[in-house]
Order: sequence, then C-alpha cells, then structure tokens
Amino acid sequence: MPPLPPPPVASQALWAPALSFNESLVLAAVLFCIGLAGVLARRNLMFMLMSLDIMLNAAALVFVAAGARWHDAAGQVMFLMILALAAVETAVGLAIILCLHARGRPTLDGDSNNLLQG
Amino acid sequence: MAAFLIPLAVLCPLVASIILFTCARHLSTRGVGVVACGGVGLSALCCVILAAWLLARPVTEVLHVDLWTWMRAGGFSAHIAFMLDRISLLMILVVTIVGGLIHIYAMSYMRTDPALARFFACMTLFVAAMLVLVLASDLLCLFIGWEGVGLCSYLLIGFWHDNPANTAAARKAFYLTRIGDVAFLCALLLLATATGSLRIASEVGAAESGQVSHMVVNAATLCMVVAAFAKSAQIPFQAWLPDAMAGPTPTSALIHAATMVTAGVYLLARLHGLFALAPAVQALVAVMGVLTLLMAACTALVQSDLKRILAWSTISQLGYMYLALGCGIWQGALFHLMTHAFFKALLFLAAGSIILRAGHEQDIFRMNGLGRAMPGVTAAFVAGASALAGLPLVGAGFYSKEMILSGLWPARFMLAGHDIPAGPVLWGLGLLGAFLTALYIFRAVFVVFEGDSRTDPTGRTPAGMGIPLACLAVMSVFGGMVEMPDTLAPIHLFTAFLGLSPPQAHEPAWLVLAGALAPLSGLLAAWVLWGRTPRIMREMPGQASIIPLAGSTPRATDALYGLVFVRPLRVLLWFVRHDVAAYCLGRTGRLTRLASDRLELARRGMIGLVAGRTVMLTREGSILLGRMQDGRVRWYAAWIAAGLCAALATMVLP
Amino acid sequence: MHAPIPHALGLLCAATTLVGAMMVITRKVVVHAVLYLVVTLLALAVVLALLGAPFAAALEVIIYAGAIMVLFVFVVMMLNLGQADSARESEWMRPRAWLGPALLAALLCAELLYALPSLLAPLPPPFAGPATETPLPPAPPLFRLGVHDVGLSLFGPYVLMVELVSFLLLAGLVSAFHIGRRRAEER
Repeated sequence: MPPLPPPPVASQALWAPALSFNESLVLAAVLFCIGLAGVLARRNLMFMLMSLDIMLNAAALVFVAAGARWHDAAGQVMFLMILALAAVETAVGLAIILCLHARGRPTLDGDSNNLLQG
Repeated sequence: MAAFLIPLAVLCPLVASIILFTCARHLSTRGVGVVACGGVGLSALCCVILAAWLLARPVTEVLHVDLWTWMRAGGFSAHIAFMLDRISLLMILVVTIVGGLIHIYAMSYMRTDPALARFFACMTLFVAAMLVLVLASDLLCLFIGWEGVGLCSYLLIGFWHDNPANTAAARKAFYLTRIGDVAFLCALLLLATATGSLRIASEVGAAESGQVSHMVVNAATLCMVVAAFAKSAQIPFQAWLPDAMAGPTPTSALIHAATMVTAGVYLLARLHGLFALAPAVQALVAVMGVLTLLMAACTALVQSDLKRILAWSTISQLGYMYLALGCGIWQGALFHLMTHAFFKALLFLAAGSIILRAGHEQDIFRMNGLGRAMPGVTAAFVAGASALAGLPLVGAGFYSKEMILSGLWPARFMLAGHDIPAGPVLWGLGLLGAFLTALYIFRAVFVVFEGDSRTDPTGRTPAGMGIPLACLAVMSVFGGMVEMPDTLAPIHLFTAFLGLSPPQAHEPAWLVLAGALAPLSGLLAAWVLWGRTPRIMREMPGQASIIPLAGSTPRATDALYGLVFVRPLRVLLWFVRHDVAAYCLGRTGRLTRLASDRLELARRGMIGLVAGRTVMLTREGSILLGRMQDGRVRWYAAWIAAGLCAALATMVLP
Repeated sequence: MHAPIPHALGLLCAATTLVGAMMVITRKVVVHAVLYLVVTLLALAVVLALLGAPFAAALEVIIYAGAIMVLFVFVVMMLNLGQADSARESEWMRPRAWLGPALLAALLCAELLYALPSLLAPLPPPFAGPATETPLPPAPPLFRLGVHDVGLSLFGPYVLMVELVSFLLLAGLVSAFHIGRRRAEER
C-alpha cells in the first residue's frame, strides 16, 4: 500500500497538472503493450531491440509518474537506473548483432539463432 | 597498543599471502619460504605480546576492536570487529605457534616442489582466515573466516592437481563442508532475525535473558551443530577427512589436524552460553561425539595407510571434544583441542618425515624396522603417540582426557523434563575409546619401527624439519602439565587461564586410576598383538577381517551417501530418460517374489497400469516442455507475456 | 481541474508517443524505425517534463534520444543494409505473423487498463492491514521534483544502488568488448 500523499508544501511551486497520474499510467500501459507486440512480432533483431527500448521507457514513465504523484524523488532515481540498464542492454545487444552479422548471418533473424535450444 | 596488534596479527599472514600469490615469479625458493615464515612468525610475535598484555590484566578483561561497519540494512547491522578474550587468545596462540612451526617444517619438506609459492600462499592465507575466524566478535565476520579456511582447505587438498584422485578428494571435502556452511548460514539468519545483530556477546546475552524464543535457540544451535560436524568430519560427515590426506603432509598437519577441523569445537565453546539453553541439542552433540569417537577408533585400527590412521584418529579425538562439549565441559574440550593440536601436528610431521625418507611409501606394512635407521624421528613419533594415547604422566593427552573423563562421570541430561544420568555410560564409552586409541596408535608404532628392516631409508632428516619436530615433541610431552587432576597435584593453570574456578567436586582417585590404566592396557595389548609376535600379525594380509564392520566403514559411509544423496538424483534422471514401466515392474517383481503368484500377478497388472499411465503423462508433458524450450527468443518472450497475462487475470478478475 | 492548454499539450505528446511507437514496430527499413524511435523518445521527454520531472526529461533527450540512438545509427550504418533487406522484412511481416502477438498484447493492454482503477483503489478487506483502512484521499496536484531532490536521494539512501549500477555498466562494457574482440580475432 502506497504511503499517504504529503500535504502540499508552501514553498514548493505547484505544477500545472498537464497530465494526471491516471493518464500517464494509461499511456505507459499502451506503450508497454506496443513494445511487447513489437518484440513478439518482429523477427529482425534490430527491431526487437528497439521494441525492448520502448518497453523500458514505458516502465520508466510509470516510475516518474509515481514519483510525481507521491512527491518522492525515488521515482526519478529509478528512472536513472532504468536508463543505465537500457544503455547496457543496447550496447550488449548491438555488439551481439554486429558479431552475428560478421559471422555470416546477415539476415539478423531472431529465430535462426537458437543454438542454445534445450 | 594492543588494539593495534590484533589487526596486525591478521594482516601479516594476509600480506604474505598476497605477496606470494602476486610476485611468485620474482622470488627464489628460499625467498618464498622466508616471506611465508616471516608473515606467520610476525603474527605469532604479535600474539605472544598480546598474550603477555592480556594475562597481566584481570580475567574478565575483553579487548574489542571495531574496524568498520560492514553493512547496515534496516534494523540489522554487521561489523568487521575483533574481540580478544581468553578463549580467542588460546586459539590464536595455538594457530600461530603451531602454524609457524609447521611453516618452518614445510620449508624443508616442500623444497623441491615447483609450485612452492602457491603452496605457501594458500597456507598463509589459511592462517589469516583462521585468525579472522577465532578473533571475530561478529558471527558474520566469523563466517568470512569460516569460508576462508574451507576455501584454503579445498585448494590445498587438491594441491597436486595432476592426479584426478586428488581433485576428487578436494571436491568431496568441499561439497561435504558446504552442507555445513549452508546450515551455518541458516543459523545466522535465524539469530539475525531474532535479535537484529550478530554480535556474539549480544546473541548470548539476548538468549540468556529470554528475548529469543526457545524454538529459535534450539533451531539455531542445531544448525550450528550441523555446521560444526561438517567442518570437523563427525558422523555423518566423516567421509571427507581421510580422503583429504591427498594433500601435502604439512597441510594435513595444519589444516586437517591442528586447526581448521577444530573450528567447530571453537564455535561451540565460544557459544557455550547459547548451547546451555538447548539441552536436547547438547545431548545430541554428546551422543554423536561418542559414536564418532568409537567408530573412528575402530576404523583406525584396521587402516594400513599411515596418514589415514592419523586422519581417523583426528576424527576420533574430535569426537572426544564434542563429547565434552555435549556434557558442558567446554573448558575440557578447549584443553584437549590445545594438546591435540600439539601432538597431532607432531604425529603428522613425523609421519611426513618417515614417508619422505621411506621413498613416499605410506603403507605401514611395507616399512618395518625404521626405528634403528632414524632414531630422532622415532623418538618424536613415539612422544606424539604416547601423548595421543594418553599414557599417564608422559603424554599431554593424558591430562586433557582426564579432565574430560572426570567431568563426564557426573554428567546428566535434562531431556523433556526427565533427568537422565548418562554420565557413567558416556564415561565408560570414553574409557573404551581411550583404550582403542592406545591400541591403534601403538599398533602403528610397533609395525613401523620394530622388526626387521625391510625398507632402506635414504638421506637424513634436515634440521629445518628436525627443529619443529623437537619443539612439538617438547610441547606434547609437557604441554599437558598445566592442568592436573587433584589426585596428582593441585595445578590448575589452564582453568585459571580461562578464568574459571577449578572443579570443586573432588573426583575419586579410582576415576583417575581407571583413566590411567585404559591407555596402558591398550599399549600392552598392542605390544602383545603386534610388538611381541611380529611374524604372525604382520604377515596377516586380511587385517581388516578382525573387525569386519570397522574395516568396511569408509566404504559403507560412501555407500550410504550414495544411497541417500546420489541415488535419488540418479533415479530421477533415470526416470526421465528410460522406460519407467520396466523399472517399476522389475522392482515390484523383486518385492513380491515371496508372495503368492496370484498376488504378484495382480500387483503386476495394477502397477503396470499405473506406471504405464505415468509414463504416458510424463512423456506428453516432457514433449510439451521441450516445445517450450526451443531456443527461440520470441517464443520465450511470448511465454513470459502469457504468464504475465495469466497472473494479472488472477489478480484483477474477481 | 486541468489547465486546458498544458493538458492539451500533454495529450498531444502522449498521442505522438503512441503513434511513434506504432510506427517503430511496423517499419520495413531500419533507419526509418530508428528515426521514429527518436520522435517517440522526444515526445516522451516532453511528457516527463509535463509530469514535473525536468531532470528526467533532460536525461531522456541527452542519453536516450542522443547517445543510445546514435549507437543504433552507427550499427545500422555498419550493417550495410539494402533493398533485399527491406524486401525480406516485408516478407516476414505478413499479417499472419502479427496475429498472435497483437492478440497477446491487446489482451495484456486490456487487462492493464482494467486493472488500473483497482490498483488505485484501496485494497479489499482481506488484504488490508489496519493502516490501509482509511480510503485514499483524492489525488493532489503533481509536484515538481528538480535535480536537487533527485541528487540528494541518489547519493543519500540510494548510494548502494549507484554502486550496483556502476557494476552493471562495467559488466556491460566488458561483455560488449569481449564479444567484439572475439569477432576481430576470427577474421
């Protein structure tokens, strides 16, 4: 159960509520599902990576929105963590893509690289 | 100044180890030895100064050194902190002095080994880890040392890793002690959740003042007992220690006889306040200790490998210590720990010299009559043997065993409200153990040193090996005289050292007499069997048939492990891979062979049906599971998403 | 209670984000998708700024839309894609291939949207502890959380997490280097 919202602080400038918490949650949910559809539907590894980034952004948006809702900087801290995670994920993923491309799999087919199958 | 010396004592071997691990190429053979012995020697010097400092103070004085806070999370905090009281003072003296002597010995013993630097690096790292273990005042800090000594033990058992048998022995030791490590971690978690801190003093205090529930105390102490038993190779974990003799002999002397295997004894003695609150666990410790004592002594009686005899003897002597701990005589256990460290290190080092001179021969029946060829080593070995056997007056083991045995007589267990006077029974079994101890060790002595010379020992024992042997021999002979039974002389230096009052109850003289007679009769029996009539007993090939049960103990325990741990896993694997129906039918057939044909037929039909159905289900399921694991990333993602959908549906749909 | 103009701006940005994301996952040419992804991220940055998180918005633009997207562009350039690739993409993107994923994603989306009110409502009685019995007060206006607040909490209670993230970055660096190095040796 989330903590109760703090009382408005006088010194804190009220921000014009351009988007409410609910609206940003809806946005994040739809964005996440679009990214998921991309990951599932595309066979090209490049597109899968981009869809993954969309999904990560959706998660980050939820954190920021919740942080703003409960006036807690932890939300943006988590946003930073997700940013670092996305950077690492993209770097490693792109390195793998380059590696595969150089090894004679120029199609970047996500379904053909199943050497790890059980 | 003293607060500065404690971290220094730990740091010296650690720095030596780091130097040896990193700069091995730039050091000569001599340089490696000097760095290692210097590190341990400096540490020993620090410990001696600390001892002088602490002994000049009142007994209750405890020196605390908090280095830094390791972690703080929620209400829990752990510190890297050391504590020096009389118990840890005893341990650090034993570890550094015996360890230093063994290092000096190893300098000569391992001189020709190409991987000398790695050997000494592991040995010094071991000394550092052991010092952390015995000095820690926080149980989590103690756990660092606990794991560190286990790691060094693993590295040193498999030191000659060219031979697969050695690496297998190392792995066996590691796995078996790992069970205990997990148990230790469970105990730590239980205590940490109960009190929020792992300080030894606060743990014991909280338990004594009743802040910790009875249940938690019992469970935590039971887990600790499992951990200690695994570390000390007690029943049912005894199988790893004899195999651990695959390591170099100085390793066996330092790690698998003098120090590491006694870490469990130290832990239980350190937490004796906690264990006093769990009488059922204490009774368990005592019973398992006495069982191990007798089993290991019988096994040692039929071994023919010199190092293995000593390994089983170590297990048996550790059984003595646990017996004492289980009956609440923790000072006796510590005293025996100290004397045992002396004489067992001596025995191992002397055995190492014998083995080296006899051309790496370890079978005692192939090295008769060595007594004349190497009188010095013989004298050292006999001194160690009489100390181990506890020959009255001339052996350190006599005094420590006497302390334990006389404490055992009045021992009582409080179990579930019943007062069980188990003392006399345990005392009798302990006495039997003393008899067996004298029998097996003097069997080895007579077989190795008496009789016609069959092997021709080469070379001389170098001074670098002779001097530690001499020092340890002196310590094994005179080390026990610091504490004597009242019947002999009222000397109670050891109990005074620990800050305890000497035992008030005056033990009857016949108790001491019985304790003195048991090893003597063992010696006599050994002389009759192996010393007087060399031909008959020595030529007998099937010595193991004397005590068939004991002879097959090692094999039997391995088989037991196979049955309990390995077999179920194999069966599972087999079930997955093979046709289960045939297996089930075969099993049923065997089970019902004695029953009537009809019954058997009926059972066959029914179980066959069940087994067939099970097989069908398993096959279908495995095919389905195999489909799920086809290595396609997108399908994995789809399964994850489907799982998410299902989980969300169960959550949000009413 | 919404100020009309900023609210309209927020909705516009949200719509841009969604449309951009849709375009990203349906393009045939990788470069187009990368450009649409940049648009998506920029729009998302505006959304973040409107949510009162200017620092997060700036980072989104600088690191995400800047650095990470540059990585993508570089890789696309190195891959040397051509006409054949987009033809293969259109072959892979037949409607049948979209059926399952779209269904699954739609199902998940529907569930999430359905769950939103119940997530925001107080927990039902069996799960509610004594502290949760008071109903949740109406949502207050959003607060602006500047870089000062974030920095304070980042290097205060969450400093261990910063360390862990640095480990993660190091691990990613090492593994990317390793994968690339093996490729160089095989040539």
